This record gives sequence, structure tokens and C-alpha cells, in this order.
Amino acid sequence: MRGVPLPAARPEFMLEPAFDPNRDAGSSRDAIGLGQRVIGKGLDVRHGTLLTLEDISVSFDGFKALNALNLYIGVGELRCIIGPNGAGKTTLMDVITGKTRPTEGKAWFGETLNLTQMSEVQIAQAGIGRKFQKPTVFEALSVFENLELAQKTDKSVWACLCARLSGEQKDRIDEVLETIRLVSSTHRQAGLLSHGQKQFLEIGMLLMQDPQLLLLDEPVAGMTDAETEFTAELFKSLAGKHSLMVVEHDMGFVGSIADHVTVLHQGSVLAEGSLEQVQGDDRVIEVYLGR
Amino acid sequence: MNQPLIVTAAQKAGPKTSLAVGGIVLLMLLALPLLSLLPADSSLQVSAYTLTLVGKILCYAIVALALDLVWGYAGLLSLGHGLFFALGGYAMGMYLMREAAGDGLPAFMTFLSWSELPWYWAGTQHFLWALCLVVLAPGLLALVFGFFAFRSRIKGVYFSIMTQALTFAGMLLFFRNETGFGGNNGFTNFRSILGFSITAQGTRAVLFLLTVLLLVASLYLGWRLARSKFGRVLTALRDAENRLMFCGYDPRGFKLFVWVLSAVLCGLAGALYVPQVGIINPSEMSPTNSIEAAVWVALGGRGTLIGPLLGAGLVNGMKSWFTVAFPEYWLFFLGALFIVVTLYLPKGIFGLMKKGGEQ
Repeated sequence: MRGVPLPAARPEFMLEPAFDPNRDAGSSRDAIGLGQRVIGKGLDVRHGTLLTLEDISVSFDGFKALNALNLYIGVGELRCIIGPNGAGKTTLMDVITGKTRPTEGKAWFGETLNLTQMSEVQIAQAGIGRKFQKPTVFEALSVFENLELAQKTDKSVWACLCARLSGEQKDRIDEVLETIRLVSSTHRQAGLLSHGQKQFLEIGMLLMQDPQLLLLDEPVAGMTDAETEFTAELFKSLAGKHSLMVVEHDMGFVGSIADHVTVLHQGSVLAEGSLEQVQGDDRVIEVYLGR
Repeated sequence: MNQPLIVTAAQKAGPKTSLAVGGIVLLMLLALPLLSLLPADSSLQVSAYTLTLVGKILCYAIVALALDLVWGYAGLLSLGHGLFFALGGYAMGMYLMREAAGDGLPAFMTFLSWSELPWYWAGTQHFLWALCLVVLAPGLLALVFGFFAFRSRIKGVYFSIMTQALTFAGMLLFFRNETGFGGNNGFTNFRSILGFSITAQGTRAVLFLLTVLLLVASLYLGWRLARSKFGRVLTALRDAENRLMFCGYDPRGFKLFVWVLSAVLCGLAGALYVPQVGIINPSEMSPTNSIEAAVWVALGGRGTLIGPLLGAGLVNGMKSWFTVAFPEYWLFFLGALFIVVTLYLPKGIFGLMKKGGEQ
């Protein structure tokens, strides 16, 4: 590695250029020479791993919220993250989306994008979507407009000044409205929706963004049983095309969707495997039941 | 379909009535300068005092509109818009002073026994350069201030306090004689603009018409912005900035654009204000002026385009009556007004009217 020029830390630009996934080509861990061969369109996921977190630590004033955490998420995988309160689940999402910078460790999106050097906006543009724990939608705008803003397109100031919805884009919005079952509320103000509907709208906004990786923080909190069941179906249909990382407390829900579960405890991975495996793990039982 | 017929009817009539009212107001505004040109003994003649007063209020209305763009839409409460207004006014004032002084130095410089113009006065004898300054001075200041403020993610009350401090600093700077802008007397005793006497009825009428024109143009611009995707992004920014960032928008560019646009509009309004009123001095930058502008917007209804115009017209109309009838109570009244609006009219007069129209 010695002799390979390290890329200078990018200055924080006021108006960031539209995101170019290949801009950092050659500056990644493929810089040894292999990287040059794979320059192409889109995200490079040669090894089938979409997200790589290695030795991630985050400390707040000495308190380690994450402690040498390792996590790999494959392309098209549906991963559930469980763990007791304070295990670091939300911090983990903050690290992936750029809201919190890890004190140590590496975070790669695909093979070439170094998440620790990208801003929140760049990470979102690169294809990581996030749903907050508390449903967050643009309350003053209509359901349709919420989806319109989330849509994957050029999001620069200039583009927004002269943006017109094409027929194709409109069809896509209608399609998502259908998927999240909000067709009858299309022109309703989002602030007037019920809690569950807001959850669905936020999921719909994620779908409009068309990210490769969806991070979902307690997506079924406050949903009725029927809505939860529907969400499970929806997520299962999304897996494959997208990768999903779901943080959830509702074990029934986790059981109905997950093929792979990661248990976090005190900032690191305690166990990983299918739900049955994990539930049979002595250490997990100890953490959850305090024996 | 389930709505009562009356409601539907009111909603359908709504835009038409407001358009009609707007049209009538516009016609009246266009008629005012023409009426002022009538001979003095005519019963329909509008006095120079009235014309100047209305012209002044129209300039304030433009400021209110500009403030509403950043506050009502983007959620950035600026308590320093008076600074941008005054900068535009000073830029125009520089030209007017040069025009009045002819080949010599402006009078206040002679008093200070300065022998030559400071470098930043260069070229101000040209009207076109003065117009560029009207746009550049507030625009560049807003750009630099906004760049750093938005980059550091300064929001809410901290942002308001900083803008307030900025205008206060501007006022202190312009109060100094050494700054080269006439100290606390500012600029006055203008004679002519582009060779036309500044007190002539014709000049006043043209300046008034230009003000109306600028107001209509700003209104149209605001309307186009509010209806565009850009406007929706601003609203989204106001309500949930984090969500917007995770949607892939960089809020800083959006804030900076609307912030600079608003400052430039204020500068243009200031430039039209100075020749009509005939004076500009640092008190235009005083913090209370900028706070008053926020009161206009709050009273009229923020996040609407017509509301701020109503608010500016109403408060200034009342002010010119109040300060003659009960001069010492005006500030108490203004304070009370702000409290009442905040407590009982969160959406301002415009919101009240809209509610009334729907019932």
C-alpha cells in the first residue's frame, strides 16, 4: 500500500455536484490496481456484498455506542437487526447514513464508496434510503407531492426550478401510491394522515428514491395487525431487488420476514443466523432475559 | 362531493373574487400617479404627499414579500432584512449625491474637508453602475453571510439573532463619518435623477409606476417559485430538513438561493424608496425596522403571497395615522399587535379571511 497516493480529504462544497458513483474510482481499497478495470455504470458490487462495516466504533464522551462492530449485508438480502435498548441500533443507522462519523473503522457501500468520507446528501444520492423511527413526512405537502419530492431524479437547485413531471414519473408515483394503498388520499395533506398511513407514506417515499439499500427503523411501530402483515408482504417482495436492513422489536414481525437476524448487544454483534438459531443461543437468552 | 354546495361555491368563487379585488387594487395604483399629474385645483388631484406615502408603503410591501419568501416558505426568520433594504438605498443614494454635486464632491465630504472620493465611490456617477451596486451590495453580502451560516447549519432562533446582529453592526458602521456614507445624517438634498428634477410631479409619477411594476414582478416571481418544485422543496425544508437530506437534497443550495434572491429584492425596493422619500440614513438599518418587517409578514399571514402585502399596507397605513394622532403610543400599539397576532392569528389576516370565506 505504501506509495499509493492517498486521496486528499474532499473539501465541503457549498453546492455539491450531482453524485457520480465512479468519482472515487481508484481511491478505494481497489486502488492497488484492480479498481481501474471495473469502472462502469452504477455501484460496484462484484463480491455480492452491498454494505461492509468493519471494526466500527463510535464513542460519545467515552461511552462506546458501537464497539468494533462488523456487519456485512449482501445484495438483495433482508436483514433484521434486533437487540435490547441501548444496543446501538440507531447509532448503527446514523453511521451508515453519515449522520454520525465513526471514531474508528471502515464503512464501504459496494466495493468503491467510502461512507466515512461522504456527506449525508451524497450517501442518500448514492442509493441508501432511511426511514426514521418516528414517521417523518413533509406535513404541509400532499401525499402526491411528498412522493414527487422523494423521486429519484436530478435534485440540484437548478433542476428543481425548472422541473416538470414527465408522464413516466407520474406513472411511477401512481404505481407507488397503489403499492402503499394511499390512492384515495393522493391529494390529502400528509399531516392529516393517521400514524400508520404516515409510516406507509414514508416507506413509499423510500420506494420512490429507489435506493439499493433501505434502512428501516421500527417500520411497524404503531401499525395495526393487518397493516403489519401487509408491511411484511411488502418487504418480502422488495427483497431481492433491494437490500433491506430492518431494526425491529416486534419478534412476530421479525419472524415473518427475516431469513437472517443479527443481534446487537453493547455496541457489537452478539449473534448472527436464522431467527431459531439466534433464539436458541445461550448468550442471547442471557442478554434478553438477564439470566 | 360530500361538501355542502355553499362551500363548493365559495371555493370556486374564491380565486375569481381575489383576482377581481387584486385587479381593482392594481388599477387604482396605476391611476394614482396619473391623477397626481392633474392641475392642483382639480378635485381629483392626488397630492405629492399621498403619492410619496403610498409609494413608500409599496416599497415596504416588496420587503415584506421578500421576507416572506425566506420566512414563510423556507422557515428562515430574518431579523436583518432592513440592512439589505438600506444597502440598496445607499447604492442609489450614492448616484443621487453625485448627480446633485455635479463635478464636485458630495456636500458632506466637503464638510469633512476630504479632497477626493473614497475608492468605493468610483463610477457611482453612472446610473447603470449604481443599479449594479443596488443588486450587488445586498446580493454579495447575503451570499457570503448565507454561505457560512448555512454551511454551519445555523437554524432557528440562532439564525434570527445573527441577522439581527448583522444589521446592528451595519448601522454602527454607517453611523461613522469615516465610513464615507455621510455618518448619521446619511444622504439627502437630492436634486435630480437622470437629469430630471427629483421633486417634479412627472418624476414622482414615474418612480411610483416603477415601484408598482417591481411589486407586480416580485409577486409574479414569488408565485412562480411557490408553485414550482423548488417551492415545495423549500416547504419541505421548513418542516423536515433531515428527511429532505435523506431524500438526497442538499438544503444549503436551496436556502442560499432563496436567501440571496430575497436580499436582492429588498435592495431593489430600497433603491426605489430613496428617490421617492428623499433621504437615507443609518436608522433604516436599526434592528426595530427589521423587526417591524417581520410584524408585517406575521400580521398578513406568512407562507401566503398576498398576506405580507396586506400586512405591510395595513401596519404602515395605521402607523402614518397613529404617529400623527397619538405619536407616543405607536410602539405600544405595535407590540400589542404582534402579541395578538401570535396568540390569536397564527395564520395572519389572510388566514382569517380564508377561514371566513370557507364558512
